Amino acid sequence: MNKLNFLQPDKNNLNIYLYTGVTLVSLSIFIVFLNSFFSKDLISFLPETISFLLPLVLGFIGLNLIRIDYSGLKFLDKINKNINTNNFNAFLSLLIVFVVIKALPPLLSWFILDANIAGDSKDVCTGTGACWTYIKIWFNRFMYGMYPNAEQWRINLSFISLAFLGTIGFFATEKFKKYLTLYYVVVYPVIAFFFIFFFISGGPIFFDFSYGIIAAVISIIIGFFIPSKFKMYYFIIVPITLYILLKYVFFYEELIELGKLEALEWVETGAWGGLSLTFIVSFFCLIFCFPIGLFLSLGRRSDFPIIKYISIGMIEFWRGVPLITVLFMSSVMFPMFLPEDMFIDKLVRVIIAISLFEAAYVAEVIRGGLQALPRGQYDAAKSLGMGYWKMHILVILPQALKLVIPGIANTFLALVKDTPLIFVVGLLEIVGMLNLAKTNPEWLGFAMEGYVFASVLFFIICYAMSKYSYNLEQKYKTER
Amino acid sequence: MNIKKILPQLLTLLVVILIFGFFSYNAQVNMENRGITFGYGFLSQESSFDVQFSLIEFDGSHSYFRAYLVGLLNTILVSVIGIIFATIIGVVVGIARLSNNYLIKRTAAVYVEFFRNIPLLLQIFFWYFAALRALPLPQDTEPMFGVFFLTIKGFFVPAFVWNNLDVFIYSLIAAIISILFIRIYARKKQENEGIQTPVLSISIGLLIILPLLSFLFGGVDASVEIPVIKQLSQSGFTYEGGIKLPPELISLALALSLYTATFIAECVRAGVQGVSKGQKEAAASIGLTPNQVLKLVVMPQALRIIIPPTTNQYLNLTKNSSLAAAIAYPDLVLVFAGTALMQTGRAIEIVSITMLTYLTLSISISIFMNWYNKKIAIKEK
Repeated sequence: MNKLNFLQPDKNNLNIYLYTGVTLVSLSIFIVFLNSFFSKDLISFLPETISFLLPLVLGFIGLNLIRIDYSGLKFLDKINKNINTNNFNAFLSLLIVFVVIKALPPLLSWFILDANIAGDSKDVCTGTGACWTYIKIWFNRFMYGMYPNAEQWRINLSFISLAFLGTIGFFATEKFKKYLTLYYVVVYPVIAFFFIFFFISGGPIFFDFSYGIIAAVISIIIGFFIPSKFKMYYFIIVPITLYILLKYVFFYEELIELGKLEALEWVETGAWGGLSLTFIVSFFCLIFCFPIGLFLSLGRRSDFPIIKYISIGMIEFWRGVPLITVLFMSSVMFPMFLPEDMFIDKLVRVIIAISLFEAAYVAEVIRGGLQALPRGQYDAAKSLGMGYWKMHILVILPQALKLVIPGIANTFLALVKDTPLIFVVGLLEIVGMLNLAKTNPEWLGFAMEGYVFASVLFFIICYAMSKYSYNLEQKYKTER
Repeated sequence: MNIKKILPQLLTLLVVILIFGFFSYNAQVNMENRGITFGYGFLSQESSFDVQFSLIEFDGSHSYFRAYLVGLLNTILVSVIGIIFATIIGVVVGIARLSNNYLIKRTAAVYVEFFRNIPLLLQIFFWYFAALRALPLPQDTEPMFGVFFLTIKGFFVPAFVWNNLDVFIYSLIAAIISILFIRIYARKKQENEGIQTPVLSISIGLLIILPLLSFLFGGVDASVEIPVIKQLSQSGFTYEGGIKLPPELISLALALSLYTATFIAECVRAGVQGVSKGQKEAAASIGLTPNQVLKLVVMPQALRIIIPPTTNQYLNLTKNSSLAAAIAYPDLVLVFAGTALMQTGRAIEIVSITMLTYLTLSISISIFMNWYNKKIAIKEK
């Protein structure tokens, strides 16, 4: 048997050091565990200051004992390498483990064990935990705002169909892949726009536009199968025919007059709200800010001085002011700039404001990509005789946009996180609805539950988005 | 110069002029109809409203311009507090993300992912309406270290009461100036003779001794005023004396610094990772100590990567502090673009002043950053 030296553990007496160390560490964790989960204090006979520090000291000594280099045990080496490289690291690791053990029981009891979800009034919430009943009762409002309950299927239907139309890209066969960009950049936003503005909003104007949409969609889908020779004629003739057929042959409006179908009720934008409004606002701003930002970034790099300075002015102005003042401007200052009889809907004003604001950020991100491209790319494209637009569309932008995927994704994330600010103009998306529900005299004192709920929702949305952008980045990564 | 170059520019210019013309024409017509004339004369009028929390004296008899100053100072206050804490947390978390300890690395990563994926406004609301509302009432509060009182009505901290504060400040300034001189002298000495001077210990000594001298001989005197509980009514209590930090300020500063710290942490991480390994190895191979490697080789290069995006984050924090309006912290947007606008109805003037203030701030900082970037850029031959 070799000499034992507990200050400098080595490989010779591996087992002794290992057993003592592991015992000490387990003992310290066990003490904290019992204390925190079952509120039993094993070492209560000691003075308070010592019993507070004892687990830490025990664990520290234990970790020190098992810190043996090249012990030959794979597991031990792994632990040492990852959490136990030196005294300071060991101390921090222990601290983190203890804090987690200490924090778990109160969190568990608040979230699950003592929480209430049954029942449908405030009275069931007697425990010390969270009152999820509050979320359950208000769930509808948090999702749809003041949108009438009977009409909410319209929001659901629109979102489901838009989600479905959005995933078409994954199912497209090789033959249709080349049309996908056109579809996502032009067709899809238009469909979405009409869906949201004329289906969710409702009102008499709905019919004409919906006929147009249906005609356009059907003709585009059939259009894929038409030989390119006739495509030109096809896209002029078929949509118009379809439109006329829908409008005058199917007699939708007459069916309504006969009472066989009901017209959609008009829901003003002030009544929209909740998470669906968050989606609507961020969706539109996302669609609009990208092309505006693209043009601004091209304008900033333009050779024409006037265009260049106008672009720089636009970008620097929007980037220099906080979003909240932009929204203030759109709500109190902008109406002064319009003719008196002209009225633009609040939601539209907000969407324009946020789009312009985020477009400036998108422009700077894209400019970064444009600057990162080597000059040779421009020269090569020009030497092939390409003009400005052809060069940018075919050579420059595909490469530049690929480079800036993470930056654009970050801007879009910021956009989604900025949508709650529309409370300034009186539109209540989910955070605004939470604040409204919080002040309801019947449901006072449940602010925490509401904010936790919304935080979890936003976290899921934003985290999923950032992970998706990361995947996209990996997918389009090209070696240079 | 041909027509192809001039035409698009002229068209753009025409469109912009038309839009502006349309807007300003409408604005004139609208203002005439409402009987307002455009002008900034209202700034000197009596404001006749009160502000809860202000750094300078303010009440209803002061002018709108002073209201603007109050708002601006409050914005600057919360931004400075936020920037200080965000930097501290951000640097610590950024370094923790590079730690070789798995637990620390994960904890830092969870913190970053969590706080930056939740909207800032939601975080402000959470701290203000949920977390700080759970604090005890003034009469039930147990003091921290005997002098700090964290209550639902705000955070009460002791205040220093100074005699001859100016002498103390002069002594501090004198200490800082002499430290600067000593540094220059030490560098020259090292360049000429190769002898190192213990600059750090001399600086610390100066920083302690000079203010101490001002206490002993300059007639400077400081005492601490501890907040004392005071009964207002049957059940209403508050603290008197000391400094009161209102809950709006605390929750705003807390949310701003926790949120911005995640971005700063990422900047720091990217900066330190951006220094190539070869640099450290080369520095070690010419015999620099680990401390010297960090101070002379790694940090200068890492800072070059870290500082520009971090300044951007500071700017973002300042702009985000305008969310104060949501919880009624009297910052520039709430006091000026909110209350003052409601009272005067001068939308165009007030919104333009507010925007111009933020614009001036960010443009001057970005000009400074451009200059700084040019200065520190690696000069390639």
